[in-house]
Amino acid sequence: MQEHSTSVTTYAAVFISLLVLTAATSLVATVDLGPFNVVVALFIAVVKMMLVALFFMHLRNSTILTKVVVGGGMLWLGILLLFSLSDVLTRGWLPVPGK
Amino acid sequence: MASHTELPELREQFETPEQQKEISTLGMWTFLVTEIMFFGGLFLAYSIYRHEFAAVFGLASNQLNIVIGAVNTAVLICSSFTMVMAVHAAQIGSRKALIIFLILTILLGGVFLGVKAYEWNEKFEQHHVPGPSFHLAGTQQQGPAQLFFSLYFTMTGLHALHMVVGEGLMLFLLWGAIAGKYGPHYYTPVDIGGLYWHFVDIIWIFLFPLLYLIARHQH
Repeated sequence: MQEHSTSVTTYAAVFISLLVLTAATSLVATVDLGPFNVVVALFIAVVKMMLVALFFMHLRNSTILTKVVVGGGMLWLGILLLFSLSDVLTRGWLPVPGK
Repeated sequence: MASHTELPELREQFETPEQQKEISTLGMWTFLVTEIMFFGGLFLAYSIYRHEFAAVFGLASNQLNIVIGAVNTAVLICSSFTMVMAVHAAQIGSRKALIIFLILTILLGGVFLGVKAYEWNEKFEQHHVPGPSFHLAGTQQQGPAQLFFSLYFTMTGLHALHMVVGEGLMLFLLWGAIAGKYGPHYYTPVDIGGLYWHFVDIIWIFLFPLLYLIARHQH
Protein backbone atom coordinates (compact mmCIF):
# COMPACT_ATOMS: atom_id res chain seq x y z
CA MET A 1 0.00 0.00 0.00
CA GLN A 2 1.46 3.40 -0.93
CA GLU A 3 0.33 4.94 2.34
CA HIS A 4 2.56 7.96 2.83
CA SER A 5 1.11 8.99 6.14
CA THR A 6 1.05 12.78 6.26
CA SER A 7 2.41 14.26 9.47
CA VAL A 8 0.36 16.25 11.97
CA THR A 9 2.67 19.22 11.35
CA THR A 10 1.64 19.27 7.68
CA TYR A 11 -2.05 19.13 8.59
CA ALA A 12 -1.60 21.95 11.12
CA ALA A 13 0.27 24.08 8.53
CA VAL A 14 -2.54 23.55 5.98
CA PHE A 15 -5.13 24.37 8.65
CA ILE A 16 -3.41 27.65 9.59
CA SER A 17 -3.00 28.56 5.90
CA LEU A 18 -6.73 28.01 5.33
CA LEU A 19 -7.63 30.30 8.25
CA VAL A 20 -5.18 32.98 7.07
CA LEU A 21 -6.59 32.80 3.53
CA THR A 22 -10.14 33.15 4.90
CA ALA A 23 -9.13 36.30 6.80
CA ALA A 24 -7.26 37.58 3.72
CA THR A 25 -10.19 37.10 1.34
CA SER A 26 -12.58 38.81 3.79
CA LEU A 27 -10.28 41.84 4.16
CA VAL A 28 -9.31 42.17 0.49
CA ALA A 29 -13.01 42.15 -0.41
CA THR A 30 -13.48 45.55 1.29
CA VAL A 31 -10.75 47.17 -0.84
CA ASP A 32 -11.85 48.47 -4.24
CA LEU A 33 -9.86 46.63 -6.91
CA GLY A 34 -12.41 47.23 -9.65
CA PRO A 35 -13.00 44.10 -11.73
CA PHE A 36 -10.17 42.32 -9.91
CA ASN A 37 -12.16 41.85 -6.69
CA VAL A 38 -13.89 38.84 -8.27
CA VAL A 39 -10.61 37.52 -9.66
CA VAL A 40 -8.83 37.73 -6.28
CA ALA A 41 -11.78 36.19 -4.40
CA LEU A 42 -11.99 33.24 -6.81
CA PHE A 43 -8.22 32.80 -6.91
CA ILE A 44 -8.07 32.52 -3.10
CA ALA A 45 -11.03 30.11 -3.15
CA VAL A 46 -9.25 27.91 -5.71
CA VAL A 47 -6.05 27.90 -3.61
CA LYS A 48 -8.10 26.88 -0.53
CA MET A 49 -9.81 24.16 -2.56
CA MET A 50 -6.44 22.81 -3.70
CA LEU A 51 -5.11 22.76 -0.12
CA VAL A 52 -8.15 20.84 1.13
CA ALA A 53 -8.18 18.41 -1.83
CA LEU A 54 -4.44 17.70 -1.94
CA PHE A 55 -3.72 17.46 1.79
CA PHE A 56 -6.95 16.85 3.73
CA MET A 57 -8.48 14.61 1.04
CA HIS A 58 -5.09 12.98 0.36
CA LEU A 59 -5.39 13.50 -3.38
CA ARG A 60 -1.62 14.03 -3.38
CA ASN A 61 -1.10 10.38 -2.44
CA SER A 62 -4.03 8.91 -4.37
CA THR A 63 -3.74 6.43 -7.20
CA ILE A 64 -3.45 7.67 -10.79
CA LEU A 65 -6.93 6.29 -11.50
CA THR A 66 -8.48 8.43 -8.75
CA LYS A 67 -6.62 11.51 -9.97
CA VAL A 68 -7.84 10.90 -13.54
CA VAL A 69 -11.45 10.58 -12.32
CA VAL A 70 -11.22 13.83 -10.32
CA GLY A 71 -9.44 15.58 -13.21
CA GLY A 72 -12.15 14.35 -15.59
CA GLY A 73 -14.83 15.77 -13.30
CA MET A 74 -13.10 19.15 -13.20
CA LEU A 75 -12.71 19.08 -16.99
CA TRP A 76 -16.45 18.59 -17.48
CA LEU A 77 -17.21 21.30 -14.94
CA GLY A 78 -14.87 23.56 -16.96
CA ILE A 79 -16.74 22.72 -20.18
CA LEU A 80 -20.08 23.51 -18.50
CA LEU A 81 -18.88 26.88 -17.21
CA LEU A 82 -16.78 27.89 -20.22
CA PHE A 83 -19.29 27.08 -22.94
CA SER A 84 -22.29 28.52 -21.08
CA LEU A 85 -20.53 31.72 -20.02
CA SER A 86 -18.90 32.25 -23.43
CA ASP A 87 -22.43 32.32 -24.82
CA VAL A 88 -23.99 34.61 -22.20
CA LEU A 89 -21.08 37.02 -21.84
CA THR A 90 -20.61 37.63 -25.59
CA ARG A 91 -24.24 38.17 -26.58
CA GLY A 92 -23.90 41.95 -26.66
CA TRP A 93 -20.75 42.00 -28.78
CA LEU A 94 -22.32 41.93 -32.23
CA PRO A 95 -25.51 43.62 -33.32
CA VAL A 96 -28.20 41.16 -34.35
CA PRO A 97 -30.27 42.34 -37.32
CA GLY A 98 -33.91 42.76 -36.45
CA LYS A 99 -33.32 42.76 -32.72
CA MET B 1 -0.63 -12.34 1.58
CA ALA B 2 -3.40 -11.71 4.08
CA SER B 3 -6.24 -14.21 3.78
CA HIS B 4 -9.94 -13.51 4.07
CA THR B 5 -10.28 -15.50 7.28
CA GLU B 6 -7.69 -13.35 9.03
CA LEU B 7 -9.36 -10.11 7.94
CA PRO B 8 -13.14 -10.13 8.44
CA GLU B 9 -13.41 -6.65 6.86
CA LEU B 10 -11.98 -7.90 3.55
CA ARG B 11 -14.89 -8.66 1.21
CA GLU B 12 -14.59 -11.76 -0.94
CA GLN B 13 -14.49 -9.92 -4.28
CA PHE B 14 -11.17 -8.29 -3.34
CA GLU B 15 -7.73 -9.87 -3.34
CA THR B 16 -6.10 -7.56 -0.82
CA PRO B 17 -7.12 -4.88 1.71
CA GLU B 18 -5.22 -2.33 -0.41
CA GLN B 19 -7.35 -3.14 -3.44
CA GLN B 20 -10.53 -2.85 -1.38
CA LYS B 21 -9.49 0.55 0.00
CA GLU B 22 -8.55 1.82 -3.46
CA ILE B 23 -11.93 0.85 -4.88
CA SER B 24 -13.81 2.42 -1.94
CA THR B 25 -11.86 5.66 -2.38
CA LEU B 26 -12.49 5.68 -6.12
CA GLY B 27 -16.20 5.03 -5.52
CA MET B 28 -16.47 7.97 -3.14
CA TRP B 29 -14.66 10.28 -5.55
CA THR B 30 -16.96 9.19 -8.37
CA PHE B 31 -19.93 10.15 -6.21
CA LEU B 32 -18.26 13.46 -5.35
CA VAL B 33 -17.76 14.19 -9.07
CA THR B 34 -21.54 13.86 -9.58
CA GLU B 35 -21.91 16.31 -6.67
CA ILE B 36 -19.49 18.71 -8.37
CA MET B 37 -21.66 18.62 -11.51
CA PHE B 38 -24.80 19.13 -9.43
CA PHE B 39 -23.47 22.16 -7.54
CA GLY B 40 -21.73 23.32 -10.74
CA GLY B 41 -25.12 23.96 -12.36
CA LEU B 42 -26.11 26.18 -9.43
CA PHE B 43 -22.81 28.08 -9.53
CA LEU B 44 -23.35 28.61 -13.26
CA ALA B 45 -26.92 29.90 -12.73
CA TYR B 46 -25.61 32.27 -10.06
CA SER B 47 -22.80 33.55 -12.35
CA ILE B 48 -25.16 34.20 -15.26
CA TYR B 49 -27.73 36.10 -13.19
CA ARG B 50 -25.04 38.02 -11.35
CA HIS B 51 -23.72 39.16 -14.72
CA GLU B 52 -27.24 40.02 -15.89
CA PHE B 53 -28.25 41.98 -12.75
CA ALA B 54 -24.87 43.03 -11.35
CA ALA B 55 -26.03 46.13 -9.46
CA VAL B 56 -29.01 44.51 -7.69
CA PHE B 57 -27.04 41.35 -6.89
CA GLY B 58 -24.32 43.52 -5.38
CA LEU B 59 -26.82 45.42 -3.26
CA ALA B 60 -28.51 42.18 -2.13
CA SER B 61 -25.16 40.49 -1.43
CA ASN B 62 -24.15 43.38 0.85
CA GLN B 63 -27.21 42.65 3.05
CA LEU B 64 -25.52 39.43 4.19
CA ASN B 65 -23.46 39.63 7.37
CA ILE B 66 -19.79 39.34 6.40
CA VAL B 67 -18.58 38.72 9.98
CA ILE B 68 -20.98 35.83 10.52
CA GLY B 69 -20.06 34.42 7.10
CA ALA B 70 -16.31 34.60 7.80
CA VAL B 71 -16.64 33.11 11.30
CA ASN B 72 -18.76 30.26 9.95
CA THR B 73 -16.14 29.62 7.25
CA ALA B 74 -13.51 29.38 9.99
CA VAL B 75 -15.74 26.98 11.97
CA LEU B 76 -16.05 24.73 8.92
CA ILE B 77 -12.28 24.81 8.32
CA CYS B 78 -11.74 23.83 11.97
CA SER B 79 -14.13 20.91 11.47
CA SER B 80 -12.15 19.82 8.39
CA PHE B 81 -8.99 19.88 10.50
CA THR B 82 -10.55 17.78 13.28
CA MET B 83 -11.82 15.41 10.57
CA VAL B 84 -8.38 14.89 9.06
CA MET B 85 -7.01 14.41 12.58
CA ALA B 86 -9.68 11.74 13.15
CA VAL B 87 -8.46 9.88 10.04
CA HIS B 88 -4.90 10.27 11.31
CA ALA B 89 -5.90 8.91 14.74
CA ALA B 90 -7.47 5.86 13.07
CA GLN B 91 -4.31 5.37 10.97
CA ILE B 92 -2.07 5.27 14.02
CA GLY B 93 -4.58 3.17 15.95
CA SER B 94 -5.49 5.63 18.69
CA ARG B 95 -9.13 4.80 19.42
CA LYS B 96 -9.46 7.49 22.09
CA ALA B 97 -8.17 10.29 19.81
CA LEU B 98 -10.43 9.05 17.00
CA ILE B 99 -13.49 9.29 19.24
CA ILE B 100 -12.50 12.77 20.51
CA PHE B 101 -11.86 14.16 17.02
CA LEU B 102 -15.10 12.71 15.64
CA ILE B 103 -17.04 14.32 18.51
CA LEU B 104 -15.29 17.65 17.86
CA THR B 105 -16.17 17.39 14.16
CA ILE B 106 -19.83 16.72 15.01
CA LEU B 107 -19.89 19.67 17.43
CA LEU B 108 -18.28 22.09 14.94
CA GLY B 109 -20.72 20.94 12.25
CA GLY B 110 -23.52 21.63 14.73
CA VAL B 111 -22.16 25.14 15.41
CA PHE B 112 -22.09 25.83 11.66
CA LEU B 113 -25.72 24.71 11.25
CA GLY B 114 -26.78 26.70 14.32
CA VAL B 115 -25.21 29.90 12.96
CA LYS B 116 -26.83 29.21 9.58
CA ALA B 117 -30.25 28.86 11.26
CA TYR B 118 -29.68 32.21 13.03
CA GLU B 119 -28.80 33.84 9.68
CA TRP B 120 -31.85 32.43 7.92
CA ASN B 121 -34.09 33.60 10.75
CA GLU B 122 -32.65 37.10 10.35
CA LYS B 123 -33.59 37.00 6.66
CA PHE B 124 -37.21 36.22 7.59
CA GLU B 125 -37.29 39.15 10.02
CA GLN B 126 -35.82 41.52 7.41
CA HIS B 127 -38.31 40.40 4.70
CA HIS B 128 -35.45 39.09 2.56
CA VAL B 129 -37.13 35.75 1.90
CA PRO B 130 -38.58 35.52 -1.64
CA GLY B 131 -42.37 35.64 -1.56
CA PRO B 132 -45.27 38.09 -1.11
CA SER B 133 -43.67 39.95 1.83
CA PHE B 134 -40.28 40.34 0.14
CA HIS B 135 -38.78 43.79 0.12
CA LEU B 136 -35.21 44.94 -0.47
CA ALA B 137 -34.66 48.62 0.30
CA GLY B 138 -32.81 50.81 -2.19
CA THR B 139 -33.86 49.33 -5.53
CA GLN B 140 -36.81 49.29 -7.92
CA GLN B 141 -35.86 45.85 -9.24
CA GLN B 142 -37.53 43.63 -6.65
CA GLY B 143 -37.66 40.68 -9.10
CA PRO B 144 -33.91 40.28 -9.61
CA ALA B 145 -33.40 40.98 -5.88
CA GLN B 146 -35.68 38.01 -5.10
CA LEU B 147 -33.68 35.98 -7.61
CA PHE B 148 -30.51 36.62 -5.58
CA PHE B 149 -32.15 35.48 -2.38
CA SER B 150 -33.73 32.46 -4.13
CA LEU B 151 -30.25 31.40 -5.21
CA TYR B 152 -28.89 32.21 -1.75
CA PHE B 153 -31.46 29.99 -0.03
CA THR B 154 -31.16 27.20 -2.60
CA MET B 155 -27.37 27.05 -2.45
CA THR B 156 -26.89 27.51 1.30
CA GLY B 157 -29.92 25.26 1.92
CA LEU B 158 -28.54 22.41 -0.19
CA HIS B 159 -25.16 22.92 1.43
CA ALA B 160 -26.77 22.72 4.90
CA LEU B 161 -28.62 19.56 3.83
CA HIS B 162 -25.26 18.04 2.93
CA MET B 163 -23.99 19.07 6.37
CA VAL B 164 -26.92 17.30 8.02
CA VAL B 165 -26.12 14.14 6.03
CA GLY B 166 -22.47 14.59 7.05
CA GLU B 167 -23.46 14.81 10.71
CA GLY B 168 -25.31 11.50 10.27
CA LEU B 169 -22.20 9.93 8.72
CA MET B 170 -20.06 11.21 11.61
CA LEU B 171 -22.47 9.71 14.16
CA PHE B 172 -22.25 6.40 12.30
CA LEU B 173 -18.44 6.57 12.37
CA LEU B 174 -18.50 7.52 16.06
CA TRP B 175 -20.64 4.48 16.80
CA GLY B 176 -18.15 2.29 14.91
CA ALA B 177 -15.19 3.93 16.66
CA ILE B 178 -16.72 3.32 20.10
CA ALA B 179 -17.28 -0.30 19.11
CA GLY B 180 -13.57 -0.45 18.23
CA LYS B 181 -14.13 -1.29 14.56
CA TYR B 182 -11.38 0.95 13.17
CA GLY B 183 -7.63 0.69 13.46
CA PRO B 184 -4.46 0.83 11.35
CA HIS B 185 -5.51 -2.35 9.50
CA TYR B 186 -8.96 -1.00 8.58
CA TYR B 187 -10.13 2.61 8.62
CA THR B 188 -11.62 2.97 5.12
CA PRO B 189 -15.06 4.21 6.35
CA VAL B 190 -13.38 7.00 8.36
CA ASP B 191 -11.26 7.89 5.33
CA ILE B 192 -14.10 8.13 2.81
CA GLY B 193 -16.44 9.74 5.36
CA GLY B 194 -13.70 12.37 5.62
CA LEU B 195 -13.66 12.79 1.83
CA TYR B 196 -17.38 13.66 1.93
CA TRP B 197 -16.91 16.08 4.84
CA HIS B 198 -14.04 17.91 3.14
CA PHE B 199 -16.00 18.11 -0.10
CA VAL B 200 -18.87 19.87 1.68
CA ASP B 201 -16.25 22.23 3.12
CA ILE B 202 -14.96 23.00 -0.41
CA ILE B 203 -18.48 23.90 -1.58
CA TRP B 204 -18.70 26.45 1.24
CA ILE B 205 -15.22 27.77 0.37
CA PHE B 206 -16.77 28.88 -2.95
CA LEU B 207 -20.18 29.90 -1.60
CA PHE B 208 -18.65 32.30 0.93
CA PRO B 209 -16.86 34.66 -1.52
CA LEU B 210 -19.54 34.37 -4.22
CA LEU B 211 -22.50 35.13 -1.94
CA TYR B 212 -20.96 37.34 0.75
CA LEU B 213 -17.90 39.11 -0.61
CA ILE B 214 -18.33 39.90 -4.25
CA ALA B 215 -19.65 43.48 -3.84
CA ARG B 216 -18.19 44.55 -0.49
CA HIS B 217 -15.87 47.11 -2.08
CA GLN B 218 -18.87 49.08 -3.37
CA HIS B 219 -19.91 49.99 0.14
